[in-house]
Amino acid sequence: MSTLTDPPKPAFRLSQLIYDTRYRSITIQLVALLLMVLGIGWLVNNTVQNLAALGKDFNFGFLDNSAGYDINQRLIDYNSQMSHGRAAMVGILNTLLVAFLGCVTATVIGVIAGVLRLSKNWVVSRLMAVYVEGFRNVPLLLWIILIFSIMSESMPQPKDFRGAEPAASMIFSDHVAVTNRGIWIPRLGFTNSLSGNEAVASVEGLPAVATGGADWALIGVTLLISIIAIGFVRTRASQLQEATGNRPTTWYLQLGLLVIPFVIVALFLGMTVVTPFLKGFNFTEGTHLRNSLIALWIALSLYTGAFIAEIVRAGILAVSKGQSEAAFALGMRPNRTMNLVILPQAMRVIVPPLISQYLNLAKNSSLAIAVGYMDVRATLGGITINQTGRELEGMLLLGGFYLLLSLLISSVMNYFNNRTQLRER
Amino acid sequence: MKKTVFFGALTVAALVAGVASAATLDDVKARGSLNCGVTTGLVGFAAPDANGVWEGFDVGICRAVAAAIFGDPTAVEFVPTTGQTRFTALASGEIDLLARNTTWTFSRDTDLKFEFVGVNYYDGQGFMVPKDLGVSSAKDLDGATVCIQTGTTTELNLADFFRTNNISYEPVPIETNAEAQQQYLSGACDVYTTDASGLAATRATFEAPNDHTLLPEIISKEPLGPLVRHGDSEWGDIARWTLNALVSAEELGVTSSNIAELAAAPTNNPEVNRLLGTEGQLGSMIGLDANWAANAIAAGGNYGELFEKNIGESTPIGLARGLNAMWTEGGLIYSPPFR
Amino acid sequence: MSDTNTHSVSYVRESMLAESAPPSTETGTIKWMRENLFSSVLNSVLTVLSILVVYWAVSKIGPWFWNSVWDAGSLTECREILAAKGMTGHDGACFGVIKDRWQQLIFGFYPSEYYWRPVLALLVFFVGITPVLFDSVPRKMLILTILTPFVMYLLLWGGAIWLPLMVVAGFGVGYLAMKFLSPVNGLLGTIGAIILPLIFWLYLAGPIAGWLTFYAPIGFEFVPSKSFGGFTLSLVIGIVAIILSLPLGILLALARQSNLPIIKYSAVTFIEVIRGVPLIVWLFTASLLLNYFLPPGTNFDLMLRVIIMVTLFSAAYIAEVVRGGLAALPKGQYEGGDSLGLSYWQSMQLIILPQALKISIPGIVNTFIGLFKDTTLVVFIGLFDPIGLAGAIRASTDWNGIYWELFIFIGVMFFIFCFSMGRYSLYLENKLQREHR
Repeated sequence: MSTLTDPPKPAFRLSQLIYDTRYRSITIQLVALLLMVLGIGWLVNNTVQNLAALGKDFNFGFLDNSAGYDINQRLIDYNSQMSHGRAAMVGILNTLLVAFLGCVTATVIGVIAGVLRLSKNWVVSRLMAVYVEGFRNVPLLLWIILIFSIMSESMPQPKDFRGAEPAASMIFSDHVAVTNRGIWIPRLGFTNSLSGNEAVASVEGLPAVATGGADWALIGVTLLISIIAIGFVRTRASQLQEATGNRPTTWYLQLGLLVIPFVIVALFLGMTVVTPFLKGFNFTEGTHLRNSLIALWIALSLYTGAFIAEIVRAGILAVSKGQSEAAFALGMRPNRTMNLVILPQAMRVIVPPLISQYLNLAKNSSLAIAVGYMDVRATLGGITINQTGRELEGMLLLGGFYLLLSLLISSVMNYFNNRTQLRER
Repeated sequence: MKKTVFFGALTVAALVAGVASAATLDDVKARGSLNCGVTTGLVGFAAPDANGVWEGFDVGICRAVAAAIFGDPTAVEFVPTTGQTRFTALASGEIDLLARNTTWTFSRDTDLKFEFVGVNYYDGQGFMVPKDLGVSSAKDLDGATVCIQTGTTTELNLADFFRTNNISYEPVPIETNAEAQQQYLSGACDVYTTDASGLAATRATFEAPNDHTLLPEIISKEPLGPLVRHGDSEWGDIARWTLNALVSAEELGVTSSNIAELAAAPTNNPEVNRLLGTEGQLGSMIGLDANWAANAIAAGGNYGELFEKNIGESTPIGLARGLNAMWTEGGLIYSPPFR
Repeated sequence: MSDTNTHSVSYVRESMLAESAPPSTETGTIKWMRENLFSSVLNSVLTVLSILVVYWAVSKIGPWFWNSVWDAGSLTECREILAAKGMTGHDGACFGVIKDRWQQLIFGFYPSEYYWRPVLALLVFFVGITPVLFDSVPRKMLILTILTPFVMYLLLWGGAIWLPLMVVAGFGVGYLAMKFLSPVNGLLGTIGAIILPLIFWLYLAGPIAGWLTFYAPIGFEFVPSKSFGGFTLSLVIGIVAIILSLPLGILLALARQSNLPIIKYSAVTFIEVIRGVPLIVWLFTASLLLNYFLPPGTNFDLMLRVIIMVTLFSAAYIAEVVRGGLAALPKGQYEGGDSLGLSYWQSMQLIILPQALKISIPGIVNTFIGLFKDTTLVVFIGLFDPIGLAGAIRASTDWNGIYWELFIFIGVMFFIFCFSMGRYSLYLENKLQREHR
């Protein structure tokens, strides 16, 4: 007596959620999700309760209130009557400025130190080793403090420039003043300014100059047009080269396209160089690079430069000698070997850690707190939080800004990584 | 009262410092010590010595409050706070009392929700300049570079002062007094501005103090005092009346040297008796022992003694009493009566 | 053979000439200098420049060190001693401050009679990590490694020994649960191993420890966190954070490599958010905000909050280091584990992690160096790390106005610590490279 039945259709059993690998992953994820939601809910709930207990609310209205404090380095117009939001903006620009300057000089210092450390010259390579190890092994904070105070102790004071026989004098034929309050360098001014700013002669005998966004915008647009035109010339030259085999000589055309429009615009605006001079307690006119900026900039560049030097050294050492020998065997000349064989390989090793060093530098710029450089942590995350008591909102904004900055830099890094990764098959 | 959070296992009494609740006094008593917020270091007001024992004028207030509660001036945990972190530390209950030369202002009292219990030092913001700068008034400072400490009312006052007088300046914000001092001495700033007491204290430690001068303008009122959180008036009362007890003690001539004698038996001055607990029920009204005030005074002496010992003219800081003299001597220091 | 030559060739030298010395320019120092210092014009210029730089630095700073004063109790006294020698305060260093306060710079406010405890804790740490760092040490020693944190806790903070013992016992409970429940049901075992210790810690550990402490008060004198300062504070924060962040970092790295999207993306978010924001912002978060996130009324002391924050911070960095180690393993290793039919955790535990972690150790040491240097940032939230203590020392009436001496001392100490650790990680890297050939 046998009955034929269909093979039993596997009914879904609850235990499959745990034992069946097909379903288990879903279970695990759901449990994890649940736990995370609960955890976050717990934190938010606590925060709400705590805020209520302190009688505080959560709103960003304070950003519109008048800030009440002054900021010394302002890349955009600001005074103490403007809002906290505006002050935060000034701080953000200052952070970006020092991060950008730092990245540029750190790269230059790092590349030079990295190459020199591989030099056969004993003294030079030792000196570079001392530099690299000294900066890598002592906290950045200590370096910032030390460089800041070395600068304020060893540079002349502005009052030393005064008198018939001053103790200090300006360098570069009286164009640049190096003081312990920073460095004053000449700036560009316009006698026929477009911006409608009233042209003022700050001292009798000097031409009246003004400076404004409209002037710089005009110059920027001119340069942009020049560059586009140059691009056009070069494309055309390449087309001709492909068609006929001869590349026309265009460098004078390119140079002319770059220089002539600029000169015309500059003449039209009456561009002049405004040199700093001593007036009252300080130098005036010119551009003032403050001590805090310079100290932070130097410390960040030297510190990060030491790390970059190691990266560069490792990158150069990573390209095996056989590569250049092979290139020579193919009859390539040394500079082409460098450009086409060595560098592309070394760059693949160098660039990812280099960009992560840029990331570190940008984050480390928050140590501006040690020298009183008014970056975003000092304005939004410092004085504003302290004066308004809005630590939750302020810290959220501050964290958000740094996160955004980092994500921007690391997306560049990922893009590069993906482009240069060796494809493993 | 104590919440067993899931760190229950780690409820190492040390690590989990305390639990803020409505009755701060109960918490302090349960904990066995007072958590008092002070500066990370300001000459004369609060600084640890070579053995890590905190000393200074603000520290004296903390010790007096601890002595009033426990009878033991050492039952204090000093929590160093920066200008940035002090208010949060108090608001979150990490400290019970903040004695960190903090200016009593409207917004701190109302918006930040703190209760100032009195004034232990009447100060004002002043300017210090090198003598060879040739400046005799703050109004001559057009275009000058000014060193300020951040996180204080100083930077707001400064902005206001220069704006009302319509002169320009270049602020150099510095995190700590020690850094600011170094910047000023190296000539990186023309002027150093902070509370006048701080300026005098700083100048006293210079290699050549006489090369520097304080300008006559005092551009702000800076009543410095200890503060507590809003919402616990009993606790506020303890701090307030401890401070008042120190002041009254000076007025009544009670000092650390004669207090043992005066507190032993009732004297013929009824106010002294009430203060020292030999007469009346003031101690139980405030929720402390009868001899709370006597303990507080015995901890470091009365207001005048604290002043003289830490910042007075006999110390290197050498501050004169000035506004901080007793009201009977032309100053502003005044205590409501103990009655 | 020479005989034949004698007759066929008119002259042949029969004995070797004595070696003559190479020209003087090709030997010894001169040769070395020619090759290493003056091999080309550019090189010569660089050499001269470098020597000038060194000379300039030494001539500027040298006398200051040379004239330093060690026996002075205060800055005024030091200046008087210098003045007696006819020098101003700028001509000589006042290292008297180091002599006066070095104990504070190293131990903070730790009670001086217990200075041996942090020192011993550091030694215990070094002994504890030897099995991890040197593979010549027997594996059994790993048990010691696991016990190290508890011993260190006891030594540093002190208190009765029962509480740390109860925490260890919690792990024991977990292990027993695993052992006895797994045969019944695998899932039950896992859940039991997680839940039972938690229950034990939450409800039993405290009372039992309290009871034991009451009847058998064995332990060390308790030292509160507020007494920690100076290099002890930096080391404690650094070491505790790195120990705690290792397991967390490994889990995060595994999660980031996981196939389960929710787990993977939460790990990625966590790592990127932590790494994207500077440590100083996290420290301010610990100081200003952490209390908001905890149940109303809870309050930790600042040091614990900082350790929590720094642990999360370094976990994100360790996760990236370990991820690098995982990625460096050839695919064959993963496939080998799968083909043997090992479960995910088995293959991780037996095949992948041992190899990946070995590769990651230099990176972990480097992370630790970075973390140790970054602990100086706690000065901004009012903890007394060496730099914070320097500020406090300068605020005492004795030493107000002193500057370089303290920072130089701190810098040199940091250099010694970090440089030696850096050398060690370099040695490991080289060793790993040799082994891989």
